[in-house]
Amino acid sequence: MAPILELRAVKAFYGQSEVLHGISVAVEDGGMSVLLGANGAGKTTTLRAISGMVRSEGEIHFAGQRLERRSTEAIAGLGVAHVPEGRGTMTGLTVEENLRLGAYTRAGRPDAAMARMYDYFPILGQRRRQQAGALSGGEQQMLAIARALMMSPRLLILDEPSFGLAPRIVEDIFSIVERIRREQHVAVLLVEQNATLALDLADQAYLLETGYVVMSGPAKTLADDPQIRRSYLGY
Amino acid sequence: MHQLLQQIFSGLAAGAVYASLALALVMIYRATDLVNFAQGEMAMFSTYIAWTLVNAGLPFWAAFVLTLVVSFLGGMTIERVIIRPVENAPVLAAVVVTIGLLLIFNALAGWIFTYTLQEFPSPFPDRTMFGALMTTRDLGVIGVTLAMLLLLFVFFRFTATGLAMRAAAQNPESARLCGIPVGRMLAIGWGLAAAIGATAGIMVAPVLFLDPNMMGGVLLYAFTGALLGGITSPVGAVVGGLIVGVTENLVGTYLIASQLKLTVALALIILVLVFRPNGLFGTAIVRRV
Amino acid sequence: MSKSFAGVLPQDAAAARYGGLGIAAWRWIGALALIGLAAALPFTVSNYHAFELTLVMIYAIAVLGLNILTGYNGQISLGHGGFFAAGAYTAAILMHRYGVPYWATLAPAGLVCFALGVLFGLPALRFEGPYLALVTLAMAVATPQLLKYFDSWTGGQQGINLVKVQPPPGLGIDRDRWLYLVVLVVLLVAMRVAANMLNGRTGRAFVAVRDHPIAAAAMGIDIARYKTLAFGTSTLFTGIAGALSAIVISFVAPESFSLFLSLSFLVGSAVGGIATISGAIVGGLFIEFVPNLANDISDAAPWAIYGLAMLLLMYAMPRGVAGSVGLWLQRFRSRRVALREGDKDHKGRMS
Repeated sequence: MAPILELRAVKAFYGQSEVLHGISVAVEDGGMSVLLGANGAGKTTTLRAISGMVRSEGEIHFAGQRLERRSTEAIAGLGVAHVPEGRGTMTGLTVEENLRLGAYTRAGRPDAAMARMYDYFPILGQRRRQQAGALSGGEQQMLAIARALMMSPRLLILDEPSFGLAPRIVEDIFSIVERIRREQHVAVLLVEQNATLALDLADQAYLLETGYVVMSGPAKTLADDPQIRRSYLGY
Repeated sequence: MHQLLQQIFSGLAAGAVYASLALALVMIYRATDLVNFAQGEMAMFSTYIAWTLVNAGLPFWAAFVLTLVVSFLGGMTIERVIIRPVENAPVLAAVVVTIGLLLIFNALAGWIFTYTLQEFPSPFPDRTMFGALMTTRDLGVIGVTLAMLLLLFVFFRFTATGLAMRAAAQNPESARLCGIPVGRMLAIGWGLAAAIGATAGIMVAPVLFLDPNMMGGVLLYAFTGALLGGITSPVGAVVGGLIVGVTENLVGTYLIASQLKLTVALALIILVLVFRPNGLFGTAIVRRV
Repeated sequence: MSKSFAGVLPQDAAAARYGGLGIAAWRWIGALALIGLAAALPFTVSNYHAFELTLVMIYAIAVLGLNILTGYNGQISLGHGGFFAAGAYTAAILMHRYGVPYWATLAPAGLVCFALGVLFGLPALRFEGPYLALVTLAMAVATPQLLKYFDSWTGGQQGINLVKVQPPPGLGIDRDRWLYLVVLVVLLVAMRVAANMLNGRTGRAFVAVRDHPIAAAAMGIDIARYKTLAFGTSTLFTGIAGALSAIVISFVAPESFSLFLSLSFLVGSAVGGIATISGAIVGGLFIEFVPNLANDISDAAPWAIYGLAMLLLMYAMPRGVAGSVGLWLQRFRSRRVALREGDKDHKGRMS
């Protein structure tokens, strides 16, 4: 089965500096791949390259289409839902309005989809009329994910969803993401610093270091690798 | 007392015009962090278009609606063609572009329509009401402005495009990730602002008489009103515009006439700003460390 | 130290020799040559052109003042025409009423405008961005009206007619050329003073206040003091320019100091390069010559051409002429370093 997302020898640039030096990453249709690595390794840059937010070279294939040189909004319209670092919620709008925004690219009324989101994330249903800026960190993360799902995406990109959240909340969020992945058949590309949790959930894993993929393979294999254990899993 | 109420009411009518133009300024500022100094001249040019249509025989309201449509399209085009190249440039470059646009519109209007003062028809009969307290004309201006504000409110609060525009103004990068074409939203914003400005121009032209320099003073008052209300607040723009209108009228009637009126009115409002440096409804311009 | 870095580090640059002289020496030679050319220029053109070039330099000094405030210190001013007027009228009143010789009016005009700037700068501390723009705009609009109102001092609508300044006898040059040289000297002094200030501690404080006010305050920089100082210094320069304009034109009237003048200064600043010193000269050239050029191109709608010129210049050079040149030089230098860096492999080792 062909992967739904495939990057081949992708380079990315901030101004004149090359920060990704020809990386190759793939996500299976309905599967989950995780990008691991220290700060500054290029994980977020990879995600931004997929969404057309940085200058890049190389090939980016998604569901039979090429993503290079497309605008961010066009890529989103093709079915790539990207939840950025820092969540990207519209703090000046209500919870409900944030969800409606997610449905912008989809025809028809968003009511059914919104009801489904309130089912996955009951707390959002309770707070639907409140300003998004008044929500706690964990609730905002749920809102960001829910908004992404309103796009009925084929690929969900999550950039450090556990950032700044208590472990209990992180567990909750990831179990919901797992559930959604199975029920909605959405592929997930995950960037996480919390390597233990990520390797537990993912199918494929990639380790990035200063803009290169230095190790890749099934998540289980990487989880058993002694070097990874020492550097990233702490034992 | 009677005269005071009269002056307040006619001040509100003038204020309605300032409020409209102020709202246009705030819309553009919220979306692009830019004060469009050419807003007044664009409105003046739109008013001349309406005048041409009326002279060609169109009934007033038909000319009005057609002018709004043309102004909307014109505003969108200006954003796409003239402002787009400096959107990512330093703010000062964009400011200079709007000043240049101001000059271009003013000169073009003078060249095409000459500098002779022209009469502009008012759709409202010139009668007084409620025992000479107010005129139908003033009431008409306030009514049209209120109707426009209501339409805008409904648009932004209840339509998908309105929501997308609010999102695009707040957080363009996040909006793009939702699939919202931020560039197009900006263009629509400029189009709406141009249409609002056209309304302001058409409402004020019967009183000020139409000439290329008609909107200069109006723009200054509108800018003041927008800042008084808080440059990031649409409600503030309307309230600020109304306050400026009333203040200008009262100052002119009771304090000092003619030339110095402008200076005194501005001074009073700036005094308010000293105590509320972000305007009455504005939020502080947040600085990230 | 690796050989491939030679000529890139500052010590190496300072040690480099070209034709037996160091870079610093060549800079001096270049500067003196330019000054010599500038001094000789008025004698090669007509009286009227000399007069125009004098105005260019006067506007350049005014724009330099604005650059200090808006460019280096980040406080926008749409009202510098008002300070220009203050300088002009101070000089005019001193000459007309009190018979002060023209060269002695510069210092008082500068001082008056410095004081005005500080006075204005204090309440301006409370305002940012568009709010400050409005306050300065209000001043620009109020200036002609105030000038007409206090007519016992200012001569009201009619303005003040001044006795034409005469060049010192025995020098054998005429009035226009003499005044050109006077203004040239003032311009050079102004640029030197500005350079010393802006390249030194004060200038760095200005820029810190502009870009990172919170961090600057945390490091002990007195924001209020530097902002007010920037205001006063800026208006000092523009005020002296105003005084020179009164001396050169021999006439002041409210109509000359309208809002349009303030906007012209801002546009001149932007076109030249807002945070530069040499850009001020470009700004002066723009303010003086482009309106006339626009008139030549189209006498039906000259201001439309003027506006168009502003648009095209901002598209081509959004940082102004001097700003763009500075940027290209920077890119050129960093590309030279990057080429050196490219000799390394991806682990950071030299190949």
